[in-house]
Amino acid sequence: MIWNTILLALQAIRRNLMRSFLTILGIVIGVAAVIAMVTVGNGATQAISNQISSLGSNLLMLFPKMEFHGGSGSTARQFEISDVEAIQTQISSLKAVAPIVSSSATVVFGANNWSTSVTGSTNDYFTASNWKFASGRTFTDSELRSGKSVCVIGDRIRRELFAGKDPIGSSLRVKGFAAEVVGVLKSKGQGGMGRDQDDTVIMPIRTVQRRISGSQKINMVMLSVKDGVLSDDVVSQVKLLMREQRRITPDKEDDFEVMDTKEITQTLSGTTKTLTGLLGAVAAVSLLVGGIGIMNIMLVSVTERTREIGIRLAIGALENEVLLQFMVEAVTLASVGGLVGITVATVVSMILTKVMGVPYAFNLGINLLSFFFSAVIGILFGFMPARRAAKLKPIDALRHE
Amino acid sequence: MTNSNVPLIELVGLTKSYGEGAAEFQALNGVDLRIDEGDFAAIMGPSGSGKSTVMNILGCLDTPTNGAYLFRGVHVETMTGRQRTLLRRYFLGFVFQGFNLLSRTSALENVELPLLYRGVPKQERRKAALEALAQVGLTGWEKHTPAELSGGQQQRVAIARALVTKPSILLADEPTGNLDTKRGREIMELLTALNRDLGITVLMVTHDHDLAGYAHRIIRFVDGVVEPDGAAAEKRS
Repeated sequence: MIWNTILLALQAIRRNLMRSFLTILGIVIGVAAVIAMVTVGNGATQAISNQISSLGSNLLMLFPKMEFHGGSGSTARQFEISDVEAIQTQISSLKAVAPIVSSSATVVFGANNWSTSVTGSTNDYFTASNWKFASGRTFTDSELRSGKSVCVIGDRIRRELFAGKDPIGSSLRVKGFAAEVVGVLKSKGQGGMGRDQDDTVIMPIRTVQRRISGSQKINMVMLSVKDGVLSDDVVSQVKLLMREQRRITPDKEDDFEVMDTKEITQTLSGTTKTLTGLLGAVAAVSLLVGGIGIMNIMLVSVTERTREIGIRLAIGALENEVLLQFMVEAVTLASVGGLVGITVATVVSMILTKVMGVPYAFNLGINLLSFFFSAVIGILFGFMPARRAAKLKPIDALRHE
Repeated sequence: MTNSNVPLIELVGLTKSYGEGAAEFQALNGVDLRIDEGDFAAIMGPSGSGKSTVMNILGCLDTPTNGAYLFRGVHVETMTGRQRTLLRRYFLGFVFQGFNLLSRTSALENVELPLLYRGVPKQERRKAALEALAQVGLTGWEKHTPAELSGGQQQRVAIARALVTKPSILLADEPTGNLDTKRGREIMELLTALNRDLGITVLMVTHDHDLAGYAHRIIRFVDGVVEPDGAAAEKRS
């Protein structure tokens, strides 16, 4: 009997292909929209948190403050090596203090050349920025002291210039001098704000000061706070020390800034949460629209279906048999729609995440949730009118207009 | 056929009212009626005399307000909905004025449907349905859907659907009402043949005196009761 009822349900689906197709389409659109939006939203969130963690943990950045002189450009008072030494000796809650001189240069190896950023710093830079080494070593003390022409290169440089060869021991030409490659960094991948973090060359700070920037000034200082220390306390200590070092009188404002990456993290993750919420809301609307579509189709066919139910009852179908048939029909349409929707969503989110350059992750929760939501809508609106009709006396169902 | 003392159908003081209070309408005012096995009876009467109401109650499509409906001596008015459905499924065949075939469904599948609910296996179902369609003269039209058939052909499909279960009684509510005179006569001849050759009891409602003439017995309805002289049926040969 159950087999016969399933047969009847499938016959009904086949006989009303257009209605079945539109019902499935409504479910497909609803399910696919929700899953795709949430998956892409999660991917974006994941990408941002990856970038933040690759930035280094518990990191403070000390910048000079730009001062603008209406129209005639801006000046910024850079840091001295003595400022860095003062921080190193007087603030004990720091794990790493890395003075940084930034520059850019075209680096040449053999017939290949590549334009990149050159950073001059100490070994603390690798700690503070969370760099791991793929091969080679950090700078030696004597290399740092004497400003020897050595460098550590990012993964992008290795790919662009060395193409499979081992770069350790080779010499790069940078601004007319040769620098020996002593280390290669592990890839961090596509980095913050659209720039490739692996596209970098690091040299001892003195080398950059002497051979590239031609000045003793330091552009910024990266400070890595020890675990378990409140970064707010460290920020105020650094500010106090810098005002003293730079002899800022109490009536003047700071001419430098201390940025806490934790705040950036909080801001960014707050933003992506909002974004995901927004995408979710848009998706929920599409699910609702899909649901209303299903509702509409089902309600339009109620008259016809009520008469059909009347006929079935009149020729000897039990109420339960009619209900089971409609239930099987609704479940079949909803499941087919749900499965097609999940398939479409998977393909669409794979393409979208690839285009946007964010990681793709299959989210079981949202797949199940949207599948069941649309199934419930489909079953509810496919089944409820049938239930009402099957409760009627056959003669009333037959007379339904 | 089985027991001549117990009629196939007996109605005693059957009433039916619709609505409540001031809007109450009494469709049947105490109908007494007896149909024996093998009868071919026609119910006649003006509009609103309760002909269709009594047919729907006999066909278990509707329930009476009061009175008794006995089917082979068994009380139907006290049955549950499920029991009435099973009575419909195994003993009654109903033909409607408006055909009531499933749309977009072939004649064969329409005729098979009651057997499907009876749980008849597929091969047997097909064979019985083809036979029933042949009996109503629709061999060759099995694959056509109602939209592809004329009104007369649709009514033949409906009759085949009612016949296929070999019911104890065929209830036809104005089966020719939607058809022209020629098609109406064909349907009546078909019903006559089914009654004569297969011994199926036929009870039909009609407006048309000529068509009622096919029946062995005419029952006249007036204002929700059976007219006394109509009950004393004149038997035709």
